[in-house]
Amino acid sequence: MTMPDEGLSPVVRVIAAMLFPFILIFSLYVILHGHLTPGGGFQGGAIGASAVVMLIVAYGARWVESKAGEESVSVLESLGGLMFVVTGLLGFLLAATFLSNFLVGEVLFGEIPTFGSNPGILNTGGTLPLLNIAVGLKVIGGLASVVLIMALGSRRDAA
Amino acid sequence: MDWLLTHAPALLIALPLLGAFLTPLIDRISGKARSAFVLVVLAATQLLMMALAWDVFTQGAHIYTMGAADPTATVPAQAAVPVRIVLQVDGMGAFMGLISVTVSLAAAVYSLAFMHRESGQGRFYTLLLLMVVGMLGMEFTGDLFNLFVFLEVLSIASAALIAFRFYHGDAVEGAIKYIVISSLGALMVLLAVALLYGQYNLLNMGALASVLEYTYLDKVALGLLIAAFAMKCGAVPMHMWTPDAYTVAPASITAMLVAASQASLYALFRICFSLYGFTLDLTTVGIIIIALGLLSMFIGVTMALPQKDIKRLMSYHAISQTGYMLLGVGVGLYLLAHADFDTYGIRAMEGGIFHIINHALYKGLLFLTAGAIFYKVGTRNLDEMGGLAHSMKYTTVFFIIGALAIAGIPPLNGFASKLLIYESAYRVSPILSIVAMLVSILTLASFVKVFHSAFMGPRLEGMGDGREVPRSMLVGMGLLTAGIILFGLFPDWVVSNLVHPAAQALADQAAYIAALGGGV
Repeated sequence: MTMPDEGLSPVVRVIAAMLFPFILIFSLYVILHGHLTPGGGFQGGAIGASAVVMLIVAYGARWVESKAGEESVSVLESLGGLMFVVTGLLGFLLAATFLSNFLVGEVLFGEIPTFGSNPGILNTGGTLPLLNIAVGLKVIGGLASVVLIMALGSRRDAA
Repeated sequence: MDWLLTHAPALLIALPLLGAFLTPLIDRISGKARSAFVLVVLAATQLLMMALAWDVFTQGAHIYTMGAADPTATVPAQAAVPVRIVLQVDGMGAFMGLISVTVSLAAAVYSLAFMHRESGQGRFYTLLLLMVVGMLGMEFTGDLFNLFVFLEVLSIASAALIAFRFYHGDAVEGAIKYIVISSLGALMVLLAVALLYGQYNLLNMGALASVLEYTYLDKVALGLLIAAFAMKCGAVPMHMWTPDAYTVAPASITAMLVAASQASLYALFRICFSLYGFTLDLTTVGIIIIALGLLSMFIGVTMALPQKDIKRLMSYHAISQTGYMLLGVGVGLYLLAHADFDTYGIRAMEGGIFHIINHALYKGLLFLTAGAIFYKVGTRNLDEMGGLAHSMKYTTVFFIIGALAIAGIPPLNGFASKLLIYESAYRVSPILSIVAMLVSILTLASFVKVFHSAFMGPRLEGMGDGREVPRSMLVGMGLLTAGIILFGLFPDWVVSNLVHPAAQALADQAAYIAALGGGV
C-alpha cells in the first residue's frame, strides 16, 4: 500500500477519525463546565482546535480545507466574538450595566444553589456559561484557522 | 440621553468591538456594505465620544463598573476593596479618547480609496476597529490588569496591520520587529502588575494608589512599567522599532499607530501621576522622563535629517515630537510637589498634553500625504520624485499645512503647544528650552527638504497619471487639516477647555483615588 501524498498512513487516519468526536466532546465538557471546574472557554476551545489539528496532521491540510474552508471556520470565530459582546450589551438592556448577570434566577443557568458543598450543579452561573461558550467558539475558530492557514502555506509543494 | 451618557464608557469599547466582529460577516455579503458599516460604527463612536467628552469636561469624571447594579458602585456590597472591572473617564482619558477616535475616523475614510486595490479588506477593517478598541480600552480602564489586556489587543491588531501588505518583504520585517518589542513590553507590564498584585492584593489603580508604599519591589515595578511604555511610545533609546514599523505600514495605519503610541504615552503618564504620584521620588523620576524627552527630541530629529525615504523621515520626526510631550509632562512631574507647580509646572504639563493632540493631527496628516504620494508615484524615495505640486494641488496644500504645524510656525497649532513648553521649561533650566528650539529649527529644515524634493521642480515623466488622489483620501486628510487650523486659530479656548482639565486630572491624584473607590 502506498503512502498518501499528504497526511499519514491509514492506521493513523482511522484512529484519528475515531478519536475526533471524543476530543470534541471533551472540549464541550470543559467549555460547559467552565464555571464549575478548572478550564473554561479558552481551554476548551484550545482542546477543540487540537482535534482539528489532529485531522490536519492525519489527513493533510488540503483535505481539511475541502471539508471546512478557512472562510467558514472564520465565521465561527466572528460568531463567538459577537455572542460575547451581545451578552455584554444585553446586560444593560435587561439589567443595570454592561456584562450584568441578567440570568440569575431565570430558567436558563439561573439556579441559585444553597450554601455549602454540592456535586456541581450545571444549571448555575447566569451569563458565565454563555460567555464561556462564546469564548470557546472564538478560540476553536481562531486557532483552527490559524493552524490550517499555516499548514496550507507550508506544504512541501508550496515552496 | 442621560442613559446613553451613563453607559458611554462601556459602549465606546463595546461598539467598535461589535463592529469588528460583524465586519467579516458583512464583508461576505458585499464590500460596499462593509465599508459603509465600518464608517457608520466609527462615526457613531466619534459622536458618542464627543458627547462623553463634553460631559466630562463640564460635569466631571465618569465611573463605570462592569456588571454592577449601579455603575458608580466600584466596591461591591460584600467586599471591602474594589474588586470589579472599572472604567474611569476623567479629563485626561476623554482627551486621549477624542484623539484616538478622530484619527481612526480620518484613517478609515482615507483607507476607502487607499486600500481599494488590496484583497482581504474585511480583515483590514476588522483589525482597524480592534485597534480602536485597544486604544480606548487603555485610555479608559481603571484596572491595572485590563491595561495589560487592552495593550495586547492593541499590539496584536497593530502588528497584523503593519504586515498587511505582506507581499512587500520589508512589511513582514517591520511587523516582526514590532511584535517582538510589543510582546517584550507586554511581558514587562505583566511582571510589574504581578509584583504589585503580590504585595497589595489589588488591581484597581485607585485603590492601589492609596496603599502604595514605594517599597523596593514597587520601584522595580515602576522601572518595568516606565521602560515598557517608553518602549511602546518609541522614546529613544528604545525607538528602533518605530521607523521600521511606521515606514512599512499602510499610510492610514501609520497615522493610527501614532495615536496608538500616544495611548502608551498616556499609560506612562497615568502610571507616574495617578498610580505612584506623590510617593515617587519626583526629582529623580522627573529628571529621567525629561532626559528621555531630550534624547528622543534630539536623536530623533538628527536621524531624520539624512533620510531619503519620506515615511522613514517622518517616523524619526514622530520620535522627536514624542520627546516634546515627555519633556513637557516630565517638567510637570519634576515640579509636582514644588511650590511653583501651580505657576509654571502645570503650564509645562499643558504644553506637553496639548502637544499630544497637535502631534496626532499634524503627524497623522503628514503620514496621509506621504501615503497619497506613494499611491500616485509608487515609491517612497525622495530622490525619485519631484514636481508633484503640478498635479496634486490639494495634497500639496495639506502637506504645507502639516509641515508648518510640525515646525511650530505661528498661526498653526504646533506653535501654541511648543511655546507653552519653551516658556515653562526655561524656568527649570534654559538648556531644555534651547534644545527644544534647536530641534524645532532642524524639523523645519528637514521638511523644507521634503517639500522641495517631492513637490517643487518641473513636472516629471512617470509621476503618476497627473491627477489628484481619489476624493475619500482628500476627505480623510481634510478632516485632520480642519483640526489643525481650528486648534491653531483658537489655542486659548482649547487650552482652557480641553487641555487644562486633562492636565488637572493627571495632577490631582486624590480625586483619582476617590473616584475609583480607593482609600476605603
